[in-house]
Amino acid sequence: MADNLFTVEIITPDRIFYHGEASMIEFNTTEGEIGVYKDHIPLTTVLAPGIVTITQEDSNLKQAVVHAGFAEILGDKVTLLAEIAEWPDEIDLDRARRAEDRARARLEKREANLDVARAEMALKRSLARQDILAGKR
Amino acid sequence: MASMRDIKRRKNSVSSTQQITKAMKLVSTVKLQKARNRAEESNPYFNYMYKTVCSMLAKAGEVNHPYLQKSDSETKAIITITSNRGLAGGYNSNVVKAITGSGLSPEETVIYAIGNKGEEALSRKGYEILASYPAIIEEPTYEDAMEISKILLEAYAEGKIGEIYLAYTHFKNTVSQEPKLLKLLPVEINDEDISEESATSLMNFEPNEEEALDMIIPKYVTSLIYGGLVEAVASENGARMQAMDSATSNAEDIIADLSLKYNRARQGSITQELTEIIAGAEAIS
Repeated sequence: MADNLFTVEIITPDRIFYHGEASMIEFNTTEGEIGVYKDHIPLTTVLAPGIVTITQEDSNLKQAVVHAGFAEILGDKVTLLAEIAEWPDEIDLDRARRAEDRARARLEKREANLDVARAEMALKRSLARQDILAGKR
Repeated sequence: MASMRDIKRRKNSVSSTQQITKAMKLVSTVKLQKARNRAEESNPYFNYMYKTVCSMLAKAGEVNHPYLQKSDSETKAIITITSNRGLAGGYNSNVVKAITGSGLSPEETVIYAIGNKGEEALSRKGYEILASYPAIIEEPTYEDAMEISKILLEAYAEGKIGEIYLAYTHFKNTVSQEPKLLKLLPVEINDEDISEESATSLMNFEPNEEEALDMIIPKYVTSLIYGGLVEAVASENGARMQAMDSATSNAEDIIADLSLKYNRARQGSITQELTEIIAGAEAIS
């Protein structure tokens, strides 16, 4: 078992969010979902809001939400630089629901000066937050 | 010689000032501790960001990207990070000096001011203040940095400004802070760092380099601004702690000096009184 482990680091501006060994990590990128095992080819990719699932050495799953940032994948190390990252117990479900409603309302109205990309990002963020609390993957 | 009462009054006023400076020193020591922890915690993020951007630029090579090219506009924007309050020694004026001494003329420069003190000083010197965010420096968050970098990048993309600088105070350690003027855009990265990085890594990008640059450079700018903010807060409190420390010890010196003078005056007045009494007694007998 021990030889398929690699180091995972999730770093945010405020803190080192997570640091540990893992046998697999899955997360969302702008190009789609990606799952990484040890000895992946070196890759730098841009994160999309979504759930990160880390399979730890004892095959326990650890989940968190990350929003915006990028990931650097090296053979024996994966580093996620996220602007925001949260564990499930740090999420306020009501707030996420309200944010979802707000974003949907804004996208529906289509006001002239609407920043569509931003509203969509906000919507995705709130959905990712709710998904992880609902235990969906 | 000043009268006893005057000296006493002066001494009282100095010692109450000393109490204030002592309290301020304690407060800024505590705040410094907090601010320094924050600055240290944001360090790994920033270092990684810098490393990644270095290796991306090394790979990207001759990419014709707007963020890497000098644009036509002559206007230069400076994000100036100072404090809202004074009594921090040379902290604020050093940042202002770094800007005025940089050779950027006031006519071609616009200021995005964070913190009142720098804004006031620069507008007196004839710089145009385009925007001011005094509230941010009290409790800087990453969202604040995102907000500012978004505004600046939009102005940059529209060609309103050609270069973006960041003026802040680098926190070396508790006793030494250094004002810095940093160029944010167009991105300039040390050649040494690039060659070292590109030699060791064979990196793929997804999406391709240019699109990835498009997304990562704004984050890079944001992280620099945020790093500048948290370091500036630590520096401010460090500078204030030092200033208040020396003010407290100066007050101590003055009090010692005044005590000496007071005692001399007291002794003088006693001697004079005695002489007068003796002289009076002799005159009677």
